[in-house]
Amino acid sequence: MSIILTKEEAKKIIDKVLAFSKADEMSVSLGGSRTGNIRYARNSVSTSGESLDLSLAVTAVFGKRSGTATINEFDDKSLEKTVRRAEEIAKLAPENPEYVPMLGPQTYLETSTFSESTAKIDPDYRAKAAFESIDPCSKKGLTAAGYLEDSSGFNAMGNSKGLFAYNKSTSIDFSITVRTADGLGSGYAIRDFNDASKLSTKSATEIAMQKALASSSAKALEPGKYTVILEPAASIDLLQNMMRSMDARNADEGRSFLSKKGGGIRLGEKLFDERVNIFSDPSNPEIPKAGFSGDGRPQEKIYWIENGVVKNLTYSRFWAEKKGVKATPPPSGFIMAGGTESLADLIKGTEKGILVTRFWYIRAVDPQTLLYTGLTRDGTFYIEKGQIKYPIKNFRFNESPVIMLNNLEAMGVPMRIGGSLIPPLKIRDFTFSSLSNAV
Amino acid sequence: MNRRDFIQLSGMGLGAMMGSSIPVLGNIVTADHLLEPAADVAFKKRMADIALNATKSRGATYTDVRIGRYLQQYLFTRENKVQNIVNAESYGVGIRVIANGTWGFSATSDVTPEGIAKCAETAVAIAKANSKIQKEPVILAPQKGVGEVSWKTPIQKNAFEVPVQEKIDLLMKVNSEAMKNGAGFVTSNLFLVNEQKYFASSDGSYIDQEVHRIWPTFTVTAVDKAAGKFKTRDAISSPMGMGYEYLDGLASEKIAAPNGLVGYRNSYDMVEDAIMAAKQAKEKMTAKSVMAGKYDLILDPNHLGLTIHESVGHPTELDRVLGYEANYAGTSFATLDKWKTKAFNYGSKQVNIVADKTQPHTLGTVGYDDEGVPCKEWDLIKDGILVNYQATRDQVNILGENASHGCCYADNWNSVQFQRMPNVSLRPGKEKLSVFDMIKGVEKGIYIIGRGSYSIDQQRYNFQFGGQLFYEIKNGEIVGMLDDVAYQSNTQEFWNSCAQICDKDDYRTFGSFFDGKGQPSQVSAVSHGSSTTRFNGVNVINTGRKI
Repeated sequence: MSIILTKEEAKKIIDKVLAFSKADEMSVSLGGSRTGNIRYARNSVSTSGESLDLSLAVTAVFGKRSGTATINEFDDKSLEKTVRRAEEIAKLAPENPEYVPMLGPQTYLETSTFSESTAKIDPDYRAKAAFESIDPCSKKGLTAAGYLEDSSGFNAMGNSKGLFAYNKSTSIDFSITVRTADGLGSGYAIRDFNDASKLSTKSATEIAMQKALASSSAKALEPGKYTVILEPAASIDLLQNMMRSMDARNADEGRSFLSKKGGGIRLGEKLFDERVNIFSDPSNPEIPKAGFSGDGRPQEKIYWIENGVVKNLTYSRFWAEKKGVKATPPPSGFIMAGGTESLADLIKGTEKGILVTRFWYIRAVDPQTLLYTGLTRDGTFYIEKGQIKYPIKNFRFNESPVIMLNNLEAMGVPMRIGGSLIPPLKIRDFTFSSLSNAV
Repeated sequence: MNRRDFIQLSGMGLGAMMGSSIPVLGNIVTADHLLEPAADVAFKKRMADIALNATKSRGATYTDVRIGRYLQQYLFTRENKVQNIVNAESYGVGIRVIANGTWGFSATSDVTPEGIAKCAETAVAIAKANSKIQKEPVILAPQKGVGEVSWKTPIQKNAFEVPVQEKIDLLMKVNSEAMKNGAGFVTSNLFLVNEQKYFASSDGSYIDQEVHRIWPTFTVTAVDKAAGKFKTRDAISSPMGMGYEYLDGLASEKIAAPNGLVGYRNSYDMVEDAIMAAKQAKEKMTAKSVMAGKYDLILDPNHLGLTIHESVGHPTELDRVLGYEANYAGTSFATLDKWKTKAFNYGSKQVNIVADKTQPHTLGTVGYDDEGVPCKEWDLIKDGILVNYQATRDQVNILGENASHGCCYADNWNSVQFQRMPNVSLRPGKEKLSVFDMIKGVEKGIYIIGRGSYSIDQQRYNFQFGGQLFYEIKNGEIVGMLDDVAYQSNTQEFWNSCAQICDKDDYRTFGSFFDGKGQPSQVSAVSHGSSTTRFNGVNVINTGRKI
C-alpha cells in the first residue's frame, strides 16, 4: 500500500472502519507520511534516515465515555479488531463530564499545502543539500552543523455523524549553524517551506557564514534597556508563546494574562500598539494550512489582534458551548502584518540599537505577565547611525511580548518562519538583564 | 512503521516542562495488554543472531541489535475529571553497524527473520553510502562480550500491575484535597514507563533488561479574581527509577525541613504534598516581592537538581564539547583545553560531582547501556577541578581512555543510540550539617525549594533559575515568604561560590523525565542527587512586571 493515500482511498478505509462500529459515536483518523532527514556537524554527516508511517486511530464513544486505539495494519480483520479494542477501552474509561458530541458534516476551505518537488526528495537530494552547505564552509575554514528534514503525507478524518476531511501536505525545514575555527564567531539561518524548490541550503548557509565571520571578537555592552531589531527567527518564539496563551477558558478562570482584575476577560481591550495586527488564514499562499483543525473544526481567516485590540480567543468546543459562543479552534501558524521596509532599511533608520539574529532557551518566568527569559545567540550586533558597527556579546533578556508589542517602533516586510509570517520588528526599551560569554 | 505522537499539554499544567508536548511512542492499547509478557529470550537471541550474521556477511566490522518493547501508561486529570489515559506499546528492532569505518542504522517493526535480514542489509548499505563522505573513521573502544546476562530495576510493586482505577482514585484524592485546602484549580498526572530491552552485539553480549520509571506530579493554582492574580505551586516529587512503591509515602523517607516543609527521599506522599501546595499557593498571593540584589542562597535538593543538570550535566557531555550538537543544543564552555590543564576550577574545593548509572532508585541506573557497556560511577569534578566528561564507546579515545563510560541511550528501538547524560550528582558534605544549622549561619539569604523557570545559554555559562517556594532568611532565621525571585549567575562563578553542603542524611535525588536532545529529538530520563547546599552572594533579580 502506498503511504500517501488519495482522498478516495482514505475515505474507503475510514468508511469501512465506521461500518464495524457498535458504539454510540465513532471517529477515525488516518494519516500517512514519509519523513527523511540528514544531520551534519564538524563538516561531516553524522546521521541520516528515512521513515514511513501509515497509521489509523479509532475513537469509540458510549455516552460520555470514550476510548482510542491505534493500528498500522489495514486488513479487514485488523481494522475490526482495533474498533473492538477502542470500544473496550471506552467502556472501561471514566465518564468525561466535558464530553461534547461529535461534529456533523463540515465545509472546509480548499488550500494548497502539497508540493511535488518536496514529495520526490530522495537520499541523493538530502546528501546534495548537505554538501552545498558543508562545502563552502570547509573551503573557508569554517565549521558547519546543520539539519534538514522533509516530510510528505496526508491526514484524513471521518466520523459516524458524516464528517469527512482530507488534506495532503509537504514540508521542508532547514537550519544551519556556522562557527569559526577559533570558536569566537557563530552564525545561524533557518528556513521552512511547503515547496522544496524554494529552498537553497547554499544561500541560507552563506548568511550563516557571513554572520559567523562578522560576529567574531564581540565586545561587551552593559546590560540595560535597548532599542532592538528582532529578526523573525528571534521574535517568533515570544509571539508564538503569546498566541498559545490566548485560550478563553484560562482567561475566564482567572489564570491568564487576559484575565481582568475583578473578574472577566480582556477581550475587546486595546492591549498593544495600534499597528499590531495578528491573524491566521489557512489559504495564505506563503503559509498554506489544512482547512480543518485536529478535531474537525473548520479553520478560517480570523483576526486575533486587530489594531492593537484583542479580537478573538480560542475555545474548546466544551467551553464555547458553556459560554454560548462560537468554538474557534487554535490556528496552526499566524500572520503578523508588517510594513514595506527591508531589514536593511530598518537598520539604516536606527540611530542606536542592537540587531538580534535569534533567541535561545526561552522559558516562561511569570504566566501572569507573560514574562519570558532567554538569550541572544549566533549573531548579535551593535547598530549606530544606521550601520552595523561591531558584534557584541550575547545578552540574557527578561521581557514580555505584551510589553514588547507596546514598545513597537517599526516593522519590516513579513517573512515565513516556523510556519508563520512575521516581520522584522524594531522595539524600544527591550530589557537585557545580564551578559553571557557564550558564542 | 511506528507512531510517535505528542500529547499536547496546554492546560494540563505541564506546559513549561518540555515545550508544550510530551512524546507517546507506539500504538495505543489496553491497560491489560501492557501486562502481556514480552517475547521470550530464546526467540530474541535467535532474531539477534540472524541480524549479526547478516551484517557480518555483508562486511560489517561491528554490529549491535536492540530488540525493544517500550511501554507507557500516562494518566492526566484536572479537578474532579479524568482528562486522558494513554496506554502505549512500541515493539521493534534497531540494528546499528560499522562498515567501512562508518556508522549505519536501520530499524523495523517487522521482528521476523525476513524483516530483520532486510533491516540488517539496509543498515550496512547506509553505512557504506555514508562512508564516502566520512572524514574520520569510527574508533570504537573495546568491550569484551558479557555473554548471556539479565538485569531488572529492583522494584517492589510493578506500577503496570496496579489497577488503573486505583491510580485514578489516588489522583482524584490529590485533587480533592488540594481543592479543599484552597486551590482554585489542580491538574495531576502519573507517568509510568517500562522498557523491555534486549541487546546483542558482535562482541558476544546478549543482555536482557527490564527498566521501570515512575513520575507522579501535579500543579495547584490559586486564583484571586478580585485582585486579578494567580499563583501556582508544582509538586515537589521526583521522577524515580522505582515501582509503585514510590507512592507509599513512608514516614521513614521524609525529611523535616524548616517552616514545616517536608523533603521526600525514596517514598512520596502525594496527598500530603498537594495539601501543602494548596496552602502555599494561597500564601504566595500575599508574599513580599523580592528586593533585587546579592543574597546567600540555600538550595534544596529538589531545586538544586535542575541547576546541576543544566550547569554541570549538559556542559560535560563530550558530544557537545566536540561540536556535534552545535546546531541545536549548543556546544560547551568546558572545553578539552581547560580539562587538559588539570587545574580548571569548575567550583570551590567542596564541589565533588560524580557521574553514575548505578545509584539505587535513580532514572539513569541500568545494568548495561544501549551499547552493551556495564554501568559504573566516575568523577566529573573532583575537589572543584574538572576531571572528566560523559562519553560513549566511539568517543572515549579522545579522552585517552580505553573503556566507555556507558553513556549510550536511545529512547526507542527505532531511534539511533547516542551519548546521553548519566546521573550527575553533587556528593554530600563530609561534616555533619543539617539545613536548620545551615540557615542559622546566613545573615541575608533566600531558601529555595522546587523546580521553576530555567534557562541557560548554548555554552552553559549564563543561567537564570526560578523555583516553587522562596523564603527570606534574615540573621539566621526564616522571616517569611518571597515572590518574584529568580537568580542569575555564571556557571563557574556560581559553583565557586559554593560554601557549604549538608551531610548525607539530607541527600535526595531530583529527576528530569523528558530531557530532550538531538535532531530528530529524543528524550531520556536522568536523576541528580544532592544535599541542601549554600551558595554565597548570588545575584537575585525581581521578575515582577505590570502589563
